[in-house]
Amino acid sequence: MLSLERKRRFSDKLYVILASASFLIALVPLISILYQTIVSGYAALSVSFLTEVTPPIGGAGGGILNALEGTFVMVGIASLFGVPLGLLGGAYLAEYPGKFAYYVRLLAEVLTGVPSIVTGIFVYELLVATMHRFSALAGGVALGFMMIPIVAISTNESLKLVSSSIKEGALALGISRSKTLLYVLLSTARSGVITGIALSIARVMGETAPLLFTALGSQFLMTSLNDPAASLTVLIYDFGTSPYLSAHAFAWGAALILLLIVLGLNIIVRLTSRLKVTGTE
Amino acid sequence: MLYEIGNGSVDSVAFFGLKFIVGTSWIPNPPDGGPPILGALPAIYGSLVTTLLALLFAVPVSLGVALFQSELSPESLRVPSVFLVEILAAVPSVVYGLWGLFTLVPFMRNNVNPALKSSLGFLPLFQGPNTGLGMLTAGVILAIMVIPYGSSVMREVISAVPRSQREASLALGATNWETIRTSVIPFARTGIVAAIVLAMGRAIGETMAVTMVIGNVPRISPSLFLPAYTIPSVIANEFTEVAGNAIYLSSLFELGLILFAIALIMNLLGRLLIARLSFKIRGELRA
Repeated sequence: MLSLERKRRFSDKLYVILASASFLIALVPLISILYQTIVSGYAALSVSFLTEVTPPIGGAGGGILNALEGTFVMVGIASLFGVPLGLLGGAYLAEYPGKFAYYVRLLAEVLTGVPSIVTGIFVYELLVATMHRFSALAGGVALGFMMIPIVAISTNESLKLVSSSIKEGALALGISRSKTLLYVLLSTARSGVITGIALSIARVMGETAPLLFTALGSQFLMTSLNDPAASLTVLIYDFGTSPYLSAHAFAWGAALILLLIVLGLNIIVRLTSRLKVTGTE
Repeated sequence: MLYEIGNGSVDSVAFFGLKFIVGTSWIPNPPDGGPPILGALPAIYGSLVTTLLALLFAVPVSLGVALFQSELSPESLRVPSVFLVEILAAVPSVVYGLWGLFTLVPFMRNNVNPALKSSLGFLPLFQGPNTGLGMLTAGVILAIMVIPYGSSVMREVISAVPRSQREASLALGATNWETIRTSVIPFARTGIVAAIVLAMGRAIGETMAVTMVIGNVPRISPSLFLPAYTIPSVIANEFTEVAGNAIYLSSLFELGLILFAIALIMNLLGRLLIARLSFKIRGELRA
């Protein structure tokens, strides 16, 4: 009897230890990545690192100005068409629930799981092959396609949380359905919608695979959206996988800047949205 | 709007060749100047092996993380712990790749692989030259990348198990672990399977980090130490090198289509399993 009791207690303890240990195991890579990026990246930082264009791989000096420009321009293009389409899609799903909306929602969820490299070859076929050139526009469009389902799902979720009395009140005042959606529902759900958009921006900003053969990469500042464009992610890939030590340091510097932007955006958004949620409770 | 993506990939269906999937040679530009010989089996094999390795490492850890966050952690630690795992998920994959190349690869080469070789070296899995690059390292980095994803889905399905299930078991005098094992996990099983399937869909499509650590050699070998290839890394590596070679280009499209199909099926299956679980939970709450 006693030994059975002991066995039961032992397995219970073992479970607590293993579960806590796996959480710690999951944290080790995070700490290692942050540490390595900060240490190696900091060594590469300087004023010229942010204000000059990239050298040839393995060359000395230079900076990441063109990559920063490319990343921001392409994320801008992506937001320009990804956010409105995502918002409309999400609003549609929330406003007209039914069998069709259920399947569209399922499709959107499935699409967020589509490998980003597949999005890349799709946009290659759609824009690069037809326009016969790699361009910032194509890169932006590829990122935009990734944003649509993310924004649609988060918008749908936030709109679901708006209490129906608010919507009924607006409709009872004779406000048209579209205006209710635009001025009442979306503005009530604003913080959730903005959180979703910001997270989707952070997500696509860190994408590399869709840009490899749409925006390609470049050593210069863009003169037009029809030019190939550099980006932080492709720069990290190209320089990181090259055989030159100086290029490795360069890649770490770019990785540090990218992490600062992406994780910074994530942390700010998650902290503020959490505060708001607890504030309303 | 969403269905457009599928539409674009359909173009490459026209290039389908039957030998493509079973061929084992990958020679885009044969030295004799003949037509390219392209068989995708090495890439498919590499993708399957690295994904299975990743799941082997990631599933137990994800389950542990999910149980820790939903059952064990004190209230004050719960939000920060979820937050940290979310941050891990937010790290761009190319940064994982860079870290993999300069931290994980040397670590595997100097610490993990020699240990495996000396203890389990009689298995064909752990033979061959040890460069640090290869399927094992790719599996490890994939595992790290899917743990946040797998654990967040598992956490949600475990928290969704109705209280009554736990209370009934605890009231019978079961320990916490017995409750988890006999009540919570069986109830959430569909959801846990869904989490594994979704994590698998994610792992198989992951491109950058794998491309940077797997070594990129089209080869089928039992050794986990040897460099190999995966479907996405073939596409990422070679897409800009096709230069006018139409058959080569279309074969990369076909690889993309295969990858697309696999990922689509995995995600659809995962979502449907989750839908089934939430149906079951609703039924339980009503009863």
